[in-house]
Amino acid sequence: MKLLVCMSQAPDTTSRIAFTNDDREFDSNGVQYIVNPYDEWYALVRAIELKEQQGGTVTTITVGGAQCDPTIRKALAIGADDAVRIDSEPTDAMQVARLIAGYANGKGFDVILCGKETIDHNGAVVPAMLAELLDCGFVANATHLDVNGSEASVKREAAGGEENVTVTLPMVLSAAKGMAEQRIPNMRGIMSARTKPLAVEAATAESGSRIERFALPPEKGACKIIDAENAAELIRLLREEAKVI
Amino acid sequence: MSVLAIINTQNGSATKSGLEAASYTAGLAAQLGTDAVGIVAGPLSSADAIGTTGITRTLHHEGAVQDSGQWAKLAAAAAEAAGATHVVCGHDHFGRAVAPRVAVRINAGLVAGVTHLPEGGTVRKNVFSGKAMADVAVTTDKAVYTVTPNAFGVATDGSTTALEAFSADLGAARETVTGFESASGDGQVPLPEAELVVSAGRGLKGPENWGIVEELATALGATTACSRPVSDIGWRPHHEHVGQTGITIRPNLYIAAGISGAIQHLAGVNQSKTIVVINTDPEAPFFKAADYGIVGDAFEVLPKLTAAAHALDS
Ligand SMILES: Cc1cc2nc3c(=O)[nH]c(=O)nc-3n(C[C@H](O)[C@H](O)[C@H](O)COP(=O)(O)OP(=O)(O)OC[C@H]3O[C@@H](n4cnc5c(N)ncnc54)[C@H](O)[C@@H]3O)c2cc1C
Ligand SMILES: Nc1ncnc2c1ncn2[C@@H]1O[C@H](COP(=O)(O)O)[C@@H](O)[C@H]1O
Repeated sequence: MKLLVCMSQAPDTTSRIAFTNDDREFDSNGVQYIVNPYDEWYALVRAIELKEQQGGTVTTITVGGAQCDPTIRKALAIGADDAVRIDSEPTDAMQVARLIAGYANGKGFDVILCGKETIDHNGAVVPAMLAELLDCGFVANATHLDVNGSEASVKREAAGGEENVTVTLPMVLSAAKGMAEQRIPNMRGIMSARTKPLAVEAATAESGSRIERFALPPEKGACKIIDAENAAELIRLLREEAKVI
Repeated sequence: MSVLAIINTQNGSATKSGLEAASYTAGLAAQLGTDAVGIVAGPLSSADAIGTTGITRTLHHEGAVQDSGQWAKLAAAAAEAAGATHVVCGHDHFGRAVAPRVAVRINAGLVAGVTHLPEGGTVRKNVFSGKAMADVAVTTDKAVYTVTPNAFGVATDGSTTALEAFSADLGAARETVTGFESASGDGQVPLPEAELVVSAGRGLKGPENWGIVEELATALGATTACSRPVSDIGWRPHHEHVGQTGITIRPNLYIAAGISGAIQHLAGVNQSKTIVVINTDPEAPFFKAADYGIVGDAFEVLPKLTAAAHALDS
């Protein structure tokens, strides 16, 4: 089985969010980058589990500059076989999807696994774009994946519960919580990751949008404290002052 | 020229996200001075099953559509037929699977999770898990927008929409739904759509104590949620987990009991209209993000709130 895992890099979840250059650029000063959690914890680990059960290869692909290499090495340490980095600083999801599709097209991947969304851009759109570009089936927010021959059985989040879906391969999916458990790379993995192949490819593709500027949400006013003895007062305020119940 | 709303249905009527997409479409069409058109598929239960949001004309594909690839073909054909310059869809599970495919098919720039109508050539969306916003310009002739749940609301202008039969070549389906497992079966509004949410964290000490959380939720007609550790250790189901790595919500009211307010938790809830925090620790970071706070023991405070909520209705 040939598996491709799309991995992006994201600021660590505790990062202070600030902007520079007239609020046009993210201020990456002092920001620690991590593998986007959904890509690492769920998509990558499930791909490795499937390979361990059924044989095959796990390749990771990242669209980004050389600053992504440490996070790519981490994925190799967790157990991916090889990695590709498309050397480009993408401006939007369409460009990312086109670059990944350009690489994957015709290479015979059975399943392409993405995370459900990037925690910086929160688009949750690269995976479905990729499915359309490669003309194949797609499942968003998958919480379970099994592959049987030319078919996959998948569970996905749906309004009010989970749906079971059968999909003809090849397919693309976006992985959500439940699909696998986070793995911590061990010493052997870290050592072997240093010599695993990381191919850097040049490519270009059109984008469809551009961020013009960022803004921070307005500061919250002071919190109104209500005495615990008089909790009923809160319910009155929620109805009469906040008007939410 | 027109703006096209992709209106998803469930059991023959529009979903809340579908209605929000339709409302956004009506607003955008009014702004641009063009027509607001809808595309809907499958059987409809009644004439007002797709609301009165200001959509004047709705293309209706009577047969059911099986998967996201077929939906994309249908919506792209509808966009072509209606001469749509903009296509709008909800940013729910359905929209995340369908809208990006439509954008590829019609070669349009996509802005995912918009919260406002466009203004001055850009459209606003949330980024960094709600810790910031971005104004995005579309650089192609056509645009696709997905609308963040609960950001724009559902409009009712009283007018009905004229249904017009529409069909397109959808090709073969690749995805077959073989079953559905209800998450809780308790009839709560699904979390992403809920307007009132009662949430609890590790401060509740164990799953056996969730009765007081559920009782307050029931009294208010709210949906229950939880912090990540609580779902990780299996006290509560995964689908209740809100935050940066869980579900992002923006209800009118978010009540958090026994949750410290870690930055990753706040990321998923800080756009709620009103935030109430109940915590024994007056230094808990959550108070800084709250509108109302009670420094106190959730085991005492929650039942009092439940009693007061019941008293409201009597
Ligand atoms: C990459 C990453 C992603 C993450 N994503 C998420 C996410 O999506 N969502 C999320 O929630 N977390 C997330 N976390 C975890 C987050 O950092 C916190 O650890 C978590 O939110 C804490 O949960 P909690 O508030 O329930 O528990 P705690 O931090 O243990 O807080 C319990 C609180 O309860 C209070 N308390 C105790 N007893 C009582 C009582 N009787 N009455 C009232 N209050 C009481 C305490 O004062 C304390 O403030 C993430 C972490 C990382 C590293
Ligand atoms: N630059 C990138 N390189 C590789 N994969 C990416 C990149 N950006 C997004 N992805 C994949 O697409 C998923 C959804 O991203 P997004 O649509 O940006 O929220 C991520 O979880 C990744 O799996």
